[in-house]
Amino acid sequence: MSAAAPALARLVDQVQGARRAQAALEIVGGGSKRFYGEAPRGEPLALRELSGISSYEPEELVVTARAGTPLAELEAALAAKGQCLPFEPPRFGPHGTVGGMVAAGLAGPARAAAGSVRDHVLGVTLLNGRGELLNFGGRVIKNVAGYDVSRLMAGSLGVLGIICEVSLKVMPVLPASATLRFLLEERAALGRLDEWGGRPLPITASSWCDGSLSVRLSGARAAVADAVRSLGGTVLAPALADAFWTGLRDHHDEFFGAARAAVAQGAALWRLSVPHGAGPLDLPGRQLLEWGGAQRWLYGGAPAAAVRAAAAAAGGHATLFLAEDRSAGVFTALTPALARIHRALKAAFDPDAVFNPGRLYPGL
Amino acid sequence: MHPGASAGAAAELARLRAAGQPPLVAALSAVLPPQALQWREEELAPYECDGLTAYRERPLCVALPETDAQLAAVLRVCHALEVPVVARGAGTGLSGGALPHRLGLTLSLARFNRILALDPLARTAVVQCGVRNLAISEAAAPHGLYYAPDPSSQIACTIGGNVAENAGGVHCLKYGLTLHNVLRVKGYTVEGEAVDFGSAGLDAAGLDLLAVILGSEGMLAVITEVTVRLVPRPVLARCIAASFADVRSAGAAVAAIIAAGIIPAGLEMMDKPMTAAVEDFVHAGYDLGAAAILLCESDGTPAEVEEEIDRMVEVLRTHGATRLEVSADEAQRVRLWSGRKNAFPASGRISPDYICMDSTIPRRRLADMLIAIEQMQHKYALRCANVFHAGDGNLHPLILFDANDPDQLRRAERFGAEILELSVAFGGTITGEHGVGVEKLNSMCVQFSAAERAHMLAVKRAFDPAGLLNPGKVVPTLQRCAEYGKMHVSRGLLPFPELERF
Repeated sequence: MSAAAPALARLVDQVQGARRAQAALEIVGGGSKRFYGEAPRGEPLALRELSGISSYEPEELVVTARAGTPLAELEAALAAKGQCLPFEPPRFGPHGTVGGMVAAGLAGPARAAAGSVRDHVLGVTLLNGRGELLNFGGRVIKNVAGYDVSRLMAGSLGVLGIICEVSLKVMPVLPASATLRFLLEERAALGRLDEWGGRPLPITASSWCDGSLSVRLSGARAAVADAVRSLGGTVLAPALADAFWTGLRDHHDEFFGAARAAVAQGAALWRLSVPHGAGPLDLPGRQLLEWGGAQRWLYGGAPAAAVRAAAAAAGGHATLFLAEDRSAGVFTALTPALARIHRALKAAFDPDAVFNPGRLYPGL
Repeated sequence: MHPGASAGAAAELARLRAAGQPPLVAALSAVLPPQALQWREEELAPYECDGLTAYRERPLCVALPETDAQLAAVLRVCHALEVPVVARGAGTGLSGGALPHRLGLTLSLARFNRILALDPLARTAVVQCGVRNLAISEAAAPHGLYYAPDPSSQIACTIGGNVAENAGGVHCLKYGLTLHNVLRVKGYTVEGEAVDFGSAGLDAAGLDLLAVILGSEGMLAVITEVTVRLVPRPVLARCIAASFADVRSAGAAVAAIIAAGIIPAGLEMMDKPMTAAVEDFVHAGYDLGAAAILLCESDGTPAEVEEEIDRMVEVLRTHGATRLEVSADEAQRVRLWSGRKNAFPASGRISPDYICMDSTIPRRRLADMLIAIEQMQHKYALRCANVFHAGDGNLHPLILFDANDPDQLRRAERFGAEILELSVAFGGTITGEHGVGVEKLNSMCVQFSAAERAHMLAVKRAFDPAGLLNPGKVVPTLQRCAEYGKMHVSRGLLPFPELERF
């Protein structure tokens, strides 16, 4: 680890300096997800120097990389060994980093089948607000020694500390894949997804928008071929299918392009997370559904209160993913008990409120 | 210790217990019906220990609330009186996580035993914490669904206990741990305030507190209700039993299967002594001449299973399997598994007592560990039989001894501690799925630095400022680690070269 030692030492100095000056630090990886969350504040603290894959053992299904490692570099190293990050993290541009991926905690089309970012975190080296470097978790798949602090870092948006290095569980790329398309209205599409979800089918992604349902099947060749025969629908050409799911994953398809254009005109792009089995949500605007209906994207002019109420009524929550006006709050408000635990954890990790203050919730 | 000092300590404890019990019983009597409160010595005896029977304590009293309102009231009483609370499910835990606190309350959740909802379309079940693991799968079976994590105690253990320990099982590599199969946990804070972690959806707003609640061994909140994910039951499962002439080639075969891009539904290893013990118990027809036996399971559609079995057979052959048996039907598959599933009772037959270890190491070190354990058997003059969840590197060495001989117990504990220390040195962890509890407190000093342990205690205080939920478990005090005197083994990104210790 000697290669990383000077960069780590500089980071510790910067954190100690900020503490003494009672200043805030904005933790910056590649800057590709800077739009996400509440407005960033503080002096930028770049992690680019803290870069590189420190160990990768394909037969262990574990990779360890420093925070500033470009996500593209990590994915290329895995692909060279026939492996991947099964949760398909979105790449909003070419500069995203491994640390940013974990801190944002966003997963792509495979989430419902493959699990979340958090599900694949095995361990972290964390720099806390006292300037202490701490290791939690490890590089093995089963590990219950002490509290699972490492997985708490996934999706924490940097408010607890700096993820310096992370170990992730990786998986083999599935040998075969096919995408089916069906013309169905929303309710019928959701019904179909719920029914299929209860059968042992190798569905690894699904998406519905504008009357068109797309379903990706991946797994053993025989399993995919069987499922294609039993489900019907139109088989998409492989190149088209790849482009479709990549566009969805990285938000550069037609839907997200139109959403960004609408956001520029004052609309908001919402991400709603609701239970499987929830029916259509009656909200004005255009919707795209993923994860078997458990993730719904919405853009248009629906008032924030209406969006949040609809999500809550369905048993979920709504995030203001992209908008000029974020006065409604980016994340759904916490109950008093959870808010108290959040504040106490923040104080435990970062007593001087150095890291990304307010990025997750105002005052946190 | 000076005999007088220990007699003095015992007298002081008796005085504290005598002083603490009446006010606690009086206050709880006001919020619980009589049948939900036990405090007479004969009533307390069954709660003395959990699955780790070497450690025993009696609580001041046992509360068995039947409703959420009663449970919240019990917590408020204990909070006001500053009485420690130890939550308890079925008491099957193997690390002493439910060991009572001698000046505390044992909170039995046995009566929270109802399945509240099962939604086949959403593939979720909402169950109270005292529902048994296997009962969930039984309730889901008519819908072709099941709850995937299957710890070997699944007939008896409760989902609340599974959440507290982040329990595993033999299918974790493919289907995940409890962590990957729980969506939401409802419970109460130490103050008796209702709180929800996670959501019925796939994520929740804010920090992922559910991730830290899972595996927190009852130290952060009291769990009352769990929403679990159900998954479709595979159409078919088949198992291969492969014999190897030496442990190195068995270990290499495990790595080769994974490297070939196969994620088996189960991948287990038994060494020769364990195979002999289980064969004598279940008569499954295992190869008694093998140095190690691998059990490799494939599940899915018939075509998928056939494809995967063929690929695994090929890998096993090229890596030196001396004998291969592939199950042709369900009866044969169950027979192949019967020995592995009975490893613990079989060990109980060949030895008066055993200690079951639970560390995890990188898969590539499996053979190194088996060889090291072989040498430790001579060093401690005790036998050890081994079963591994080879697919995820989780070891269960069973150290055989006779507890009637105090020196054997002492040697067995040192034997176990050395396995854990070597596991950490190999880049692994002291516990893969059984938890730290009280059993592995000393070994936590080896795996974590003082700052890391202090940070864990800070996490506990964030949830439980007064330190009343299951105090004294999981995270050892600085003083305890100083007394244990073992060097912390650094892992991962090392702080600074000058701090490196080897």
